[in-house]
Amino acid sequence: MLIDKKTVDYVAGLSRIQLDESQTELMQTELGKILDYMKILQNVNTEGVEPLSHVFSMTNVTRPDEVTGHFKREHLLANAPDRTDEAFVVPKAVDV
Amino acid sequence: MNWDIVIGLEIHVELSTASKIFCGCSTAFGGEPNTQCCPVCIGMPGTLPVLNTRVLDFAVKAGLALNCQITRYNKFDRKNYFYPDLPKAYQISQLHLPFARNGFVDIGDKKIRIHEIHMEEDAGKLIHSSGKTFLDYNRCGVPLIEIVTEPDMTCAEEVIACLTSVKSMLEYLEVSDCQMQEGSLRADVNLSVKPKGSTEFGTRTEMKNINSFKAIERAIAYESRRQIEVISSGGEISQETRRWDDNAGESFVMRSKENAPDYRYFPDPDIPPISFTDEFIASIQENQPEFAKEKAARFAAEYGLTPKDAAILTTDKNTAQLYEETAKSASPKETAVWMLGEMMYLASTTGAKPKITPPPFAEFINAVTGGKTNRTAGKQVFEYVFGGGEDVAGYIEKHGLAQINDDASIAAIVEKVLAANADAVAEYKSGKEKAFGFLVGQTMKELKGKGNPALVNAALKKHFTES
Ligand SMILES: [Zn+2]
Repeated sequence: MLIDKKTVDYVAGLSRIQLDESQTELMQTELGKILDYMKILQNVNTEGVEPLSHVFSMTNVTRPDEVTGHFKREHLLANAPDRTDEAFVVPKAVDV
Repeated sequence: MNWDIVIGLEIHVELSTASKIFCGCSTAFGGEPNTQCCPVCIGMPGTLPVLNTRVLDFAVKAGLALNCQITRYNKFDRKNYFYPDLPKAYQISQLHLPFARNGFVDIGDKKIRIHEIHMEEDAGKLIHSSGKTFLDYNRCGVPLIEIVTEPDMTCAEEVIACLTSVKSMLEYLEVSDCQMQEGSLRADVNLSVKPKGSTEFGTRTEMKNINSFKAIERAIAYESRRQIEVISSGGEISQETRRWDDNAGESFVMRSKENAPDYRYFPDPDIPPISFTDEFIASIQENQPEFAKEKAARFAAEYGLTPKDAAILTTDKNTAQLYEETAKSASPKETAVWMLGEMMYLASTTGAKPKITPPPFAEFINAVTGGKTNRTAGKQVFEYVFGGGEDVAGYIEKHGLAQINDDASIAAIVEKVLAANADAVAEYKSGKEKAFGFLVGQTMKELKGKGNPALVNAALKKHFTES
């Protein structure tokens, strides 16, 4: 199954990646293969089976409400492409 | 044509835990930028968020107070979007199984239904300046609950009543400090209009960035008028998100439905599901505090207040506490009089928060009821107590505000006033009752407001019955 070009462009947009013509064609095929595989799973009879959201059977994995300290700001900012002494800096973002 | 306004709310409440929802960073407000952060809350790859157990306690307390059914098995989902206020490029929230559903808030004799409440993490703060955006992640990861109401409100008064009631309950629960100015209580307003009586809803808009009750009132007035004008002139409302600008008194389009984000929610694999036992929920229910409504009924019964006065004194937790602590050792009636009168007056005219505490307040009330100072001079003493003053007796002494209870001094002044106001004396004698009040006023003025009113009245009466 081939995914249409419009869908690939939409998904690329959501992921904030740019694809050229040949990459888009490749994705049409590769994403198509993933959906074909999902179709196999769709054939399984799941009548009466609760949807599973986690593969481990753990619940309530929590920690106590304690302040355990902070990282040095200088260390947190160290890898930022753009920064000031106290903040990360990005190109101007409009409100969403 | 007449119109109905239909309003629903999304209320975001920051929970007052010590640490963030998924890491051990502090939630304190007002720190230097990026000093309350760690690799988890700035979204470094390879970190594992772990849920703060107190968030569950606080959330369930709020859910039960708002009459919700608690979802026994619930989980967290990822809400995916690219915006630098969330450095992971997703927010951990709850979509499919929110922890609470189907509640309601009482406002007077109307119920505002609550659709659901979910837990999520707050986003960071962006500062836009000189063509760039500066990011502060101190707030990123502070625990939030989002309360989503049904569109059951029809005007600004109902919206404010609903928010006041929710705020009051959360304050009594001590799960949030509910400071609108600091953003720990924020409301988005969903509003549509329809021809009066119509059963079909109009298209709604969502207004964000409303930071005070006053702003809510203005935003609702503006947006309902705007929608009615658009429809009346043959136009259509488009489903969009609008940003309220309180300085401009207008709302502006942020995004329309056509370019609405596609969040691609899916279960967050980092956070295992939550399961609440019946015992856990019952133990929270048993320990719920007394809320405004029950407290008002009790105050009315115990202290002989009118239902209206009792309601005003109990809406706010701190106010109720101040009242009750003070009324333990001073006249409950007189305490209510000063709180409802002078305290509210000073708070609204000066904009200052009362720093008043129960012990000096009770001493002050006892000074008034015991005749050590009177109501007129007492206003100055109250202002001192309101501002945090504690040495009531010393203040009265130092500023000469003690009440004059000495018959001889009062009689002397009365004689002086009567001599100087022969006209008023004659008027009173000819039957004009008003003149008596004038003479009382003049005497009090001579006594610099410090005379014991009962003694002044008696001295004047005595003069007229004897003459
Ligand atoms: Zn952190």
